[in-house]
Amino acid sequence: MFSFCTDPSVLPDWQWFACYFTNATHFQFYRAFGVVIVLLAVTAPVALAVGMLGAMALRSRIWPLNWLGKGYVNIVRGVPDLVFFLFVPIALGQGIEWVMHHIQCPDWDQPIRQGNDFIVCRDAKVPPLNSARWVYDLYAFAMAVTAFALVFGAFVANTLHGAMQAVPKAQVEAAEAYGMTRAQAFRRIVLPQMWVYAIPGLSNIWQILVKATPLLFLLGIQDIVYWARELGGQKTSLFTYPHDDWRMWYFLALLCFYLFLTWVSEFAFGRLNERLSRGQATAAGERQRKAAA
Amino acid sequence: MKKTAFAALALAFAASGALAQDVVRMGSEGAYPPYNFINDATGELDGYERELGDELCRRAELNCEWVINDWDTIIPNLVSGNYDTIMAGMSITEARQEVIAFTQNYLLPEPSAFIALAGTDESVRDTGVIAAQSNTIQAGMVAEGDGDLLEFPTPDETISALRNGEADAVLADKAFLAPYVADSNGELVFLGDDVLLGGGIGVGVRQSDDALRETLDRVIADMKADGSLNAMIEKWFGADHPQF
Repeated sequence: MFSFCTDPSVLPDWQWFACYFTNATHFQFYRAFGVVIVLLAVTAPVALAVGMLGAMALRSRIWPLNWLGKGYVNIVRGVPDLVFFLFVPIALGQGIEWVMHHIQCPDWDQPIRQGNDFIVCRDAKVPPLNSARWVYDLYAFAMAVTAFALVFGAFVANTLHGAMQAVPKAQVEAAEAYGMTRAQAFRRIVLPQMWVYAIPGLSNIWQILVKATPLLFLLGIQDIVYWARELGGQKTSLFTYPHDDWRMWYFLALLCFYLFLTWVSEFAFGRLNERLSRGQATAAGERQRKAAA
Repeated sequence: MKKTAFAALALAFAASGALAQDVVRMGSEGAYPPYNFINDATGELDGYERELGDELCRRAELNCEWVINDWDTIIPNLVSGNYDTIMAGMSITEARQEVIAFTQNYLLPEPSAFIALAGTDESVRDTGVIAAQSNTIQAGMVAEGDGDLLEFPTPDETISALRNGEADAVLADKAFLAPYVADSNGELVFLGDDVLLGGGIGVGVRQSDDALRETLDRVIADMKADGSLNAMIEKWFGADHPQF
């Protein structure tokens, strides 16, 4: 990075640290923070969409759909995240390749499972063989988003379902009295009003999602916790920047990062709640009315 | 036309696993110096196995790419096809051979050693708390003995556990421990004699991937014959390390 970094072993402290914090592994560490933020930014809307579908399935009067919703929510909520994250990348990865194999190579005469090995034909490999590294990275990232969205979608589904139930029945009855169908009443009355009841639950799930990002390493993505452990571990004289065990400092930095992230989101959820309470028949909405009057 | 020819070629060869022109994905851990580690100046995988792996690929005319994977899931990801080889200081043991295949060894069965804080009594080797990386032959050995096993997912955590008193000793490959002992100014010492474990270190491949295993086997044999493997061992492990 800096011109004086060619031989760090002879540098005075401040220059040594300047070089140390700008070496290649640290840049990978800094990049990992971006990966975590992007993962959160992508996963949150996807999980919300999955949760909305789940909540609608839970409400559904069509029983297969209702059972599907109940099955999904209860199974996923009942399995430890860790187990799910170990399961998804391998099971989903093999599942996709299995399907591709049957589409691409119907004439294949060899078994897919040979002893311990999972073998599909060349054309069925996902990502395709000889893909560039970024394709593999993107695939791993998509797998991570899928795993997170499936797990957190189940919690979101339950929260949204509860929020939909919490919209006062009188509102729906009034809508029906105006001649709206069930679907219209849901779309025009329930959906816009349920958010104020959903926000506390959703903010909980968001905070848990933020804290769950270290599970990324199970999915083959080198996240900030991986790098903190890797960089903080003692480096012997084999390395360019030898040092003692500094993991405590690296983990302290992570602690600050996560606290900052949760503090910012707490603030954002507070503002959102205020906006959504406007004109609602809730205690917060009542307070706003009184303050305005 | 081109596509059908390619598909026919693929069908003819695919049963044998990776083709010569396919990228061979090489799995490693990147946390076990000097076998494999992340070079802090370049950010790339480095170490004996990186250099050896690149040389094996060059000689076998394979197009290789390195993948870093957590140690605990390194075998499951190999068998499910996420990469094609493991070069991560993995000793050839019977238990592992039930799940994956190995090439001939590229390092001899090498001494494992105990380290402890200076002044520790040698009896802790048998009765004390021994830290080792999980799923290693060293952890297996401690588990079979009378001492208590304390497992960690990465090797450098075992050293920290020793320093902060959680463990009485660490059992690991001697080549991994040597720099820690040398850098510690007498704080850490080797405890008692070395122990020999396992059948040396080889390249792990899928059991069905005979073509790749045979190719790598042939090239490793070449490197043993012309002495280049020994030169590489000496470069990374010093002149005292057992050579072929």
